[in-house]
Amino acid sequence: MASIHSAVLDLKRLDLLANGNSPIHRLDARAKVVVTLVFILCVVSYNRYELSALFPFFIFPAIMISQAGLPPLFILRKIALLCPFVLAVGIFNPVIDRGILLQLGPLGISGGWISFASILARSMLTVGAGFILVAVTGFTAVCQALERLGMPRVFAVQLLFLYRYIFVLTEESGRASRARELRSCGKKGQGIHSFGSLVGHLLLRTWQRAERIHMAMLARGFTGVFHASRPSRFGAPEIRFVLFWSTLFIVLRLQNVSQLLGSLITGLFP
Amino acid sequence: MSHHIVEVRNLQHVYADGTAALKDVSFIITHGESVGIIGANGAGKSTLLQHLNGSLEPTGGSIHIGHTPLSKGTLPDIRRTVGMVFQDPDDQLFMPTVFDDVAFGPLNLGFAPADVEERVTEVLELVGAGHLRDKPPYHLSGGEKKRVAIATVLSMSPDILVMDEPTNGLDPFARRQLMKLLCDFKHTRIFTSHDLDMVLELCGRVIVLHEGEVRADGPALEIFGNDKLLAECRLEKPLSMQNCSACGSKKSNVKSPDSSACQGR
Repeated sequence: MASIHSAVLDLKRLDLLANGNSPIHRLDARAKVVVTLVFILCVVSYNRYELSALFPFFIFPAIMISQAGLPPLFILRKIALLCPFVLAVGIFNPVIDRGILLQLGPLGISGGWISFASILARSMLTVGAGFILVAVTGFTAVCQALERLGMPRVFAVQLLFLYRYIFVLTEESGRASRARELRSCGKKGQGIHSFGSLVGHLLLRTWQRAERIHMAMLARGFTGVFHASRPSRFGAPEIRFVLFWSTLFIVLRLQNVSQLLGSLITGLFP
Repeated sequence: MSHHIVEVRNLQHVYADGTAALKDVSFIITHGESVGIIGANGAGKSTLLQHLNGSLEPTGGSIHIGHTPLSKGTLPDIRRTVGMVFQDPDDQLFMPTVFDDVAFGPLNLGFAPADVEERVTEVLELVGAGHLRDKPPYHLSGGEKKRVAIATVLSMSPDILVMDEPTNGLDPFARRQLMKLLCDFKHTRIFTSHDLDMVLELCGRVIVLHEGEVRADGPALEIFGNDKLLAECRLEKPLSMQNCSACGSKKSNVKSPDSSACQGR
């Protein structure tokens, strides 16, 4: 439970980063959401053996991190947190797909290894872009931007509530779990049974809290509609930002820049 | 100023599981009064408060706010008149930022965005939380959360303020700050609390609930001076009225000096 607790603290830090005041931070959230979506679409649309064409895409996270003044190590650690999942997804590729695709001198590299590396690179790019988006925009603003871009309001409201109460719920579950640990004296306690009732209690408590929150909302005149209160502007800087990056991503997607660069260099120095 | 009156007549409430939380509760609270509702755990305090803005429906009896009976039709008006501050600020602060939360009520009331902006700024300054406006609620300390929770209600300009355990879980400094804030309000105020010293300082009148009934209703000093009544209702004197624990000297019925600054007595 301690690790969940620190993960939540990290989430708070990610959120605090969004209070920064760089030119990237100041852009309208919609522009950043659109650019991130185009980026992710381009990256995931490659076929599974593509590796070299992915490398130029690292320019986007690199420039965003440096322009927005984000701590690069922190973002890297956040991405590394997801690595076990990626490994689980890709680890069997080298075993299943043994056809040699690339010959590096005496070393033959199988298609499985290449697709594994491709999965790794793609997840680093997409997850990294997601984290950077939240770190330069804030989760709330991302939700509001998604809503303005056409996501149904119900989803936006649910996401916002999830984000608001994830902190309360993890604190509550952390306390309950610590109490269980302390009384099980370093042993297993009563094993899975005690966990069952612990989770059940958490669910019931969450339910009660939801009722109280609803009551608090009704007490303040809630009638089922959330009123947007923040005006936002999609001006020239936003249009420039979207056009520049989207064009770049599409060009990178259509042209394998790594290969072009490679052939240019090998052409220059035969 | 008749709309500030709270009248509860023979109120009864039985929960779905058969627990009779309120058996027979009647009282009238008039304009500008500051009333403390005290009682042991399970005496029915929270149930009573939830009736005052229609969060619970009475099983019997009636509630009038400013001569308007509380019913489905009058509920929106009454909820605007009666501002309810919940015990746990985490229940009350559900919006992404402090600003959004304080603006929630006025926006629901249909105020223009410019007015909302002005009102939110004003109310946050009033509770001393102007610097917190862009923060998300989970970054606030307990005392800050409480003050913002009060601001969310004040922004709707209620005539009556109802607060469940306002000083619960606050450190001494935050408690003192909050009490000073509550002192300055001119609203009709109704508090429930186990913090009897706070009740003594803030409330001129005290209603004692015991097992779902009003056991006593009168001036705070008179109620807290009645040892027999307090013992029967599982209460005790506020610390400031008890004898000195170090030297045993008597402080009988002496109010703390700063309490005289309080309004609404």
